[in-house]
Amino acid sequence: MRLFSYRSLRMWQRNRDVFFKLWRTEVPGSFIEPLLVLIAMGAGLGTYVMLKDSQSYKEFIAPGIVAGYAMFSASFECTYGSYFRMKMQKTYDAIISTPLNIEDVVAGEIFWGATRSLLTGCIILAVAAAFGLINSAWAILVLPLVLLAGLMFSSIAIFFTSIAPAIHSFNYFYTLFLTPMFFFSGLFFPLDTFDPLVQKLSWIAPLTPVVNLTRALVSGEPGTGEWWGLAIIVGVTAVFFPLSMITMRRRLLK
Amino acid sequence: MFIIKIRNAVKVFGPITAVAGVDLDVAQGECFGLLGPNGAGKTTLMRMIIAATPLTSGDIWVDGKDIRKEPRQIKANLGMVPQEDNLDPDLTVLENLIVFARYFDIPKAQARERALESLRFFELYERQRAKVEELSGGMKRRLLIARSLTNQPKLLILDEPSVGLDPQTKHLIWYRLTSLREQGTTLLLCTQNMEEAWRLCNRLAIMNQGKIAALGSPQELISRYGGTQVLETRFPIEKKDLVLTKLKEHGLHWEEIEDTLHIFLGDGQLLDEELTQVLAIQNQHVPTLEDVFLRLTGRSIRE
Repeated sequence: MRLFSYRSLRMWQRNRDVFFKLWRTEVPGSFIEPLLVLIAMGAGLGTYVMLKDSQSYKEFIAPGIVAGYAMFSASFECTYGSYFRMKMQKTYDAIISTPLNIEDVVAGEIFWGATRSLLTGCIILAVAAAFGLINSAWAILVLPLVLLAGLMFSSIAIFFTSIAPAIHSFNYFYTLFLTPMFFFSGLFFPLDTFDPLVQKLSWIAPLTPVVNLTRALVSGEPGTGEWWGLAIIVGVTAVFFPLSMITMRRRLLK
Repeated sequence: MFIIKIRNAVKVFGPITAVAGVDLDVAQGECFGLLGPNGAGKTTLMRMIIAATPLTSGDIWVDGKDIRKEPRQIKANLGMVPQEDNLDPDLTVLENLIVFARYFDIPKAQARERALESLRFFELYERQRAKVEELSGGMKRRLLIARSLTNQPKLLILDEPSVGLDPQTKHLIWYRLTSLREQGTTLLLCTQNMEEAWRLCNRLAIMNQGKIAALGSPQELISRYGGTQVLETRFPIEKKDLVLTKLKEHGLHWEEIEDTLHIFLGDGQLLDEELTQVLAIQNQHVPTLEDVFLRLTGRSIRE
C-alpha cells in the first residue's frame, strides 16, 4: 500500500471551498433535519415516554441525534458526494494527474467527511444547549469524539464507494447498514429495551459506542460510558481507512 | 536529450493486450504525434506516461525519472489535457485554475496572477466568473488547456485536443500550441486528425494493435509509405482475383477501403494496359498522411 501525504490537505481544501460556496444546499439535510427529529421525537413522542430515572426524553435523545447525524454527514459526503466526484465529475481523474496520488485523494475525502461530522455535531450541540438539554461542560469533549466517529464513518463509506458498481448500490448501504444503526444503536431507546439478540447485534454496530459515549459526556457523567467503545471506533477506522485506499487504487488505476 | 523514454512497455487487461511492447523516445522541445485507430493503444500508452495506468512490464522514464519510483515528481512537471472534460463543475472558471494550482503547491497570489494571464491568453478572461456548465464545448477545451499549463509544464500531453471543435477554435488552439512549442514545451499529441498532425508535429508514430507501425516526420512517412501518387479505383467484383494477382506481380501496394481500392504508385510505376482496362479510376491524388494512416492501419493489415 502507498501512503498518503500532506497533499491530502489539498483535496480537503477543495471540498471545503466548494462547501462554503454551496453551503445553502447543505443546510436542510445536515442541520434542519436533525432539529426536526429532535423536536418531533423529543417534544412530541417524548410526552408519552417515561424513562427509568425520570430523565426527560428530549435529554435522552439529544446526544443520540448528535451521534446519528454525525454518522449521516460523514456517510453522505463519502458515498454520494465522493461517487459523484469520482464517477460523474471525473474530479479524481483530474486531481491524480497532479502531484496528488490516489491515496491523498481518498485521505482528503475522509478528512473532509470527518470535518462534516464535526460541523454537524457543533451545530446540533449548540442548538441542544440553547434548548437547555446540555448540563455539563464535559459535553465539549463530544467534539473530538464526533470527529473521530466521522473518520470512522467516512472510511467505511468511501470503502463502500470504491467497490460500488453503480450509484443505486448505495441503497443497500443506507437501508441495510446506516438506517438499522440509526434505530438500533441506542439513539432513541435504551439498548436493554431490545431482546438479547438485537442487543448483541447493537454492540457490534459502530454507531453504538459513539451514541453511548456522547450520552455519557453530555449527561456530565463520563464515568457511566463504556469507554472500551473507543477501541471499537479506533479499530474500525484502522481497518477501513487503509483498506479504502487499496480498493480505490485498484478501481481507478487500471 | 529525451524527455520521454519508453522501453518495451506492455499493458495487458485480462485477455486484451492494449500495448504490446512499445519503444519510444521523445526529444525535449519537439511536438510528437501519436496516431492510430481507436483501440490502437494510444490512450493506454498516454495513461502509462502520466502514471495513471501501471505497466504490466517494461520501463518508462519521464525527464530522467522512473515512472514507478517517482510519479509525484514526474506529475509535478507535466500537464495533461484529457479528451473528456474533467473540469470541476462545482467551481467557476477562475476558481478552477486557482484550485488546480493549489494541487501543485503554488502560492495563492501567484496562482491568481497566472490564472488571469492564462485566461487572457485563451480568450476566456471575460468568462472568469462563469460556471463551467455555462461554457460552450470550445471554451471548455480552452479552459482545459489553460488548466494544464498551471504548473508551467515541461511536457504537455494532449488527447485529441481539437475533436468536436469549430474551425475557429481549432485554429486558435493550434496557434497556441505552436507558440508553446516555440517556447520550449515538449508536446505529446494524441490525435486522429491528420491535418493537426501534419501542421503541428515534428515527428509521428503511427500505432496499430498496441505497437508502433511506423515512426518519422510527416514528410518522411509520406514518402516512405505513400509513394508519389495514389489512385482510388473501382472494379467489377468478379475481377477481384485477377486485379489483386496483377498488382502483386507488379509489386504495387494497395489498400481496400470499403468498395474502393487505393493503389500506391511509387516513382515511375504505372498500371499496365490490362489493369487500366479493368480498373475505373475515381480519383488520383498526391499522397497525404491519411493515405499513410490507412495503409498502415488498414483492414488488410489487421486481418
